[in-house]
Amino acid sequence: MKRRDFLKSVSGLAAAGALTPAPAIWSSAKAQARSETLLIVSESGPNNLDIHGVGTNVPGYEVSWNCYDRLISHEMKSGPGGVPYYDRDKFKPELAEDMKVGDMSVTFKLKKNAKFHDGAPVTAKDVKWSLDRAVSVGGFPTFQMGAGSLTKTEQFVVVDDNTVRIDFAKKDRLTIPDLAVIVPCIVNSELVKKSATEKDPWGLEYTKQQTAGSGAYKVVKWTAGTEVIMERNDAWAGGPLPKVKRVIWRMVPQAGNRRALLERGDADISYDLPNKDFVELKDSGKLNIVSVPYSNGVQYIGMNVKIAPFDNVKVREAVACAIPYQKIMDAVLFGLAKPMFGAAADKPTEVAWPQPTKYVTDIAKAKALLAEAGYPNGFETTLSFDLGFAGVNEPLCILVQESLAQIGIRTTINKIPGANWRTELNKKVLPLYTNVFSGWLDYPEYFFIWCYDGKNSIFNTMSYQSKPMDEFIHGAVDAAAIGNTAKYDADVKGFVDLAFKDIPRIPLYQPYVNVAMQKNVSGYQYWFHRRLDYRALVKA
Amino acid sequence: MLTMIGKRLMFAIPSLIGVVIVTFLLTRALPGDPAAYFAGPAASKEAIEQIRKKLGFDKPLIEQFFRYTNDLAHGDFGTSLTTGQPVATEIRNRLPASAELTLLGLMVSIGIAIPLGVLAATRPGSWIDHLCRVTTTAGVSLPVFFTGLVLVYMFYFRLGWSPAPLGRLDVFYSAPPTVTGLYLIDALIAREFETFRSALSQLILPAATLAIFSLAPIARMTRASMLAVLASDFVRTARASGLSPSTVIVTYAFRNAMLPVVTTLSMVFSFLLGANVLVEKVFAWPGIGSYAVEALISSDFAPVQGFVLTMAVMYVLLNLVIDILYGVIDPRVRLEG
Repeated sequence: MKRRDFLKSVSGLAAAGALTPAPAIWSSAKAQARSETLLIVSESGPNNLDIHGVGTNVPGYEVSWNCYDRLISHEMKSGPGGVPYYDRDKFKPELAEDMKVGDMSVTFKLKKNAKFHDGAPVTAKDVKWSLDRAVSVGGFPTFQMGAGSLTKTEQFVVVDDNTVRIDFAKKDRLTIPDLAVIVPCIVNSELVKKSATEKDPWGLEYTKQQTAGSGAYKVVKWTAGTEVIMERNDAWAGGPLPKVKRVIWRMVPQAGNRRALLERGDADISYDLPNKDFVELKDSGKLNIVSVPYSNGVQYIGMNVKIAPFDNVKVREAVACAIPYQKIMDAVLFGLAKPMFGAAADKPTEVAWPQPTKYVTDIAKAKALLAEAGYPNGFETTLSFDLGFAGVNEPLCILVQESLAQIGIRTTINKIPGANWRTELNKKVLPLYTNVFSGWLDYPEYFFIWCYDGKNSIFNTMSYQSKPMDEFIHGAVDAAAIGNTAKYDADVKGFVDLAFKDIPRIPLYQPYVNVAMQKNVSGYQYWFHRRLDYRALVKA
Repeated sequence: MLTMIGKRLMFAIPSLIGVVIVTFLLTRALPGDPAAYFAGPAASKEAIEQIRKKLGFDKPLIEQFFRYTNDLAHGDFGTSLTTGQPVATEIRNRLPASAELTLLGLMVSIGIAIPLGVLAATRPGSWIDHLCRVTTTAGVSLPVFFTGLVLVYMFYFRLGWSPAPLGRLDVFYSAPPTVTGLYLIDALIAREFETFRSALSQLILPAATLAIFSLAPIARMTRASMLAVLASDFVRTARASGLSPSTVIVTYAFRNAMLPVVTTLSMVFSFLLGANVLVEKVFAWPGIGSYAVEALISSDFAPVQGFVLTMAVMYVLLNLVIDILYGVIDPRVRLEG
């Protein structure tokens, strides 16, 4: 080859190299992958893919919800602001094709075409094994099952290959709804049993690392603390085939970066940004922002009624009059919450929960009440909060501290690390604190059993015990079980009124779930568990 | 040489035993109850007790300790509760991520700091000396997370030059087959140049953040040590003998000034490896620093112990390497050793 030709060919190659937009080939493949993939960013990820596992965290529930099926699920209705919202009272079949509620049992017929991810058919044996597992493993799953009076393995009966009967331990309105929460998911029993050992009879070690369900998605890769990659199960029988083929869920600890990723259009969805960011994103109009109040959830100021001076109802009322409600709404939450205070004085109590109290900020009245209670010069106490949610709790507590100082209550703020918070709550020694509680099952009596009942559960953080209160709560539970509406309504109004009169905890607001999505992402649905349901999401 | 290494390793054993005991006790002394934390939001007292039993935290402390050391002897670091994975695997997977980031950051830092320090020392009081002083002071006084966030804001959010701060690789790339665990090297071995490019572009900002922070000790130490050496007799003799300034500075002065610099480097390296938690947080980097901190926040004992132990072993090894390096640089150390 002559020198000239060589140079020509080389320059030709170089030119060809420059002309062939090599990265563009990759980019188009990438572009396609991107359009079929949903990229979710959030602060933390799952620690276990199975909700029955020991100490599975809340992000783990999201995996379970999308990768496993339950016998039944909820229909959707139009919620606040037109956002699709799960319908508490309407159930739809998921793995079951038919549900017959009898007097003391419910019978499910399974879908014949339902298959697990490995191709094995879903049988009644799997259902029984999974429900047995949920009531036997202990910890949270067993406790949640118990909330619907599902406690014994004998309650789950295999009728034939495709039919399961669940016997009621007693009449309980919460039994059927409790079968539609995340916990009673159906697990591939034959597959998991292979990995079960004597020490681990329910194969929890196996399902911790991989999904063994029949759900719409399956986990194909999980790097703890970094990412979860899920792919659609094209053979899903539980409902219409989801639109999104792949879900990549990345953990991005820095809230500022999550926001930057959304604004640059790199991430599709994020749902745990600070309120301020959400308000700014909403105003900028570049993204779809959905804000829905937590169902059955309230942030409150609690007072331990066993500790002086909060054992005096006048003191509690004084505190309730001294809370800077509106300031908290504006400066801490940027309006992203539903006020639970300041109802009109003549407004009748509703048969609903949560509902606003009639308290407003009234420093003069608070001072008078405190004097009446025998503390004209106030007193000293500590105000505690969970550092795990410092973004809201810290400014909130500072505002409360400032306001209480005006009536002479001098508070020291006590910041408790997230890991320690529940331990401290359990000891029931905190005199004054803020906390949030929300129940999966959206029934007033469910909230009150947890938070006000005399059996003093961990969420009755005030150690509040009152006979009339217990009577109202149990009256409502029993009335609901037999469908006595008049008695139920009276009892609900009764316990709400009593809770506001005795005021062991001061409701502040109903928090919002805030989800930010790109404009081309739609189909968000609000669920009681407040995590994402990928099955309904669409990316245009 | 070998006997020296053997001796050094023997000396390390008691300190490692100490580390095991201290970390075990310290993690147990932490406030917070892991059983309550992991029992979930709706747990009753019984549920918490059940979890405690399952995790073995109901046993007396001494029994827990013996079980722990026994597991350690079998290479089992325990299982993390927050991530649900065995600690040994996690550390093995995460250490290369931290190491890659730290090494690159350190290399960038050395590449800038040592010439800067040498130049500042040869021309004290000149503009380059002032430049050295200003850069290092600025670098060390800006908190790492701040530098990181500013870089992300500038180069990702505003200019769009840098890829999304989403960890080691773009979301749509998969990791190269593992050989060393360092993506840059693995991608080259597998000849996946596109992956290499992606991994490198993800690395630039976090490595720059670390480099800015670690400039100061290296540059200052180089400058100080060079100044001392340049004022010494043998340099004066070398100069007087008519050797060219570059020979005097590079061959004679610099080699002699290296010892304290190498010591500083080892300190900076081990410090960066453990302390780049904030960089890892800002860039969603799956390294061991962020792993340990998250474990600490949720009173997850096993990873914290595993982390401290790994760091202790690394310190021991690093010190050994530095000691050997001393011998290479300075023959006198070899003789005395």
